Amino acid sequence: MTLLITVFAACVATIVWYKVAPDDRMGTGFLALMYWGASLMWLCDAIFEYKELGAAFFTPAVDDMINDIFLGFSVIALGLIIWLVRLMVKDPEGKLKQNLSK
Amino acid sequence: MACFLVPTGEAIVTTVLTKAFKAKEKAEIEPSNEEISEKVSSKIPFSKKLTWLNNMLWGGSALLAFEHVWHGEVVPWFPFLTAMEDPNEATAMLHEMSTVGVSMAVLVTVVWGIMALASDIIMKGESFKKIKQ
Repeated sequence: MTLLITVFAACVATIVWYKVAPDDRMGTGFLALMYWGASLMWLCDAIFEYKELGAAFFTPAVDDMINDIFLGFSVIALGLIIWLVRLMVKDPEGKLKQNLSK
Repeated sequence: MACFLVPTGEAIVTTVLTKAFKAKEKAEIEPSNEEISEKVSSKIPFSKKLTWLNNMLWGGSALLAFEHVWHGEVVPWFPFLTAMEDPNEATAMLHEMSTVGVSMAVLVTVVWGIMALASDIIMKGESFKKIKQ
């Protein structure tokens, strides 16, 4: 479930990046790559787990699924926070500096 | 257990390589050689491609590290990895790093390689279009 949620986030971030490209001052490309990197890593993890559990991998216990959903959304939130901090530090449009110097 | 440490290690190496390639590319453009600057402008710099890999590796590792904290496998006190407290678990952790961790790093690198190749093909197509016009 964490993998699925991260893949959805990666797709949305990629669509947003494509919409604003080539003028990606907000760094949405960075956000998309971050989510794709995590998705690929979890895909690898899922393949190894599938190799171990077989078909049972697709029928997780309800408790595990709820925990995974909760984790998935927390991961998305963390990704967004990392992206926001990077955006504030880079301040590509100088809006933060303008606001602070007011 | 600690599979994210392998892509993190790769990310450190690729970050250093990116810096080295950036400096090299900058030195190549500086002599204002028309031929070189033309060549560079029609091609995506390798340092830029490496930045894509860095973003995937650092971002993925950070989010995976968070997952390990979530599952109690990484703790904020020494030795930071709970598996290190028991020799049997430490062996299992090393096995996981050498299988799952290495596979993660390889998969991300292969996908990046395909991305870099595809971008080169697209840029080549664009150059041909410009020449034809």
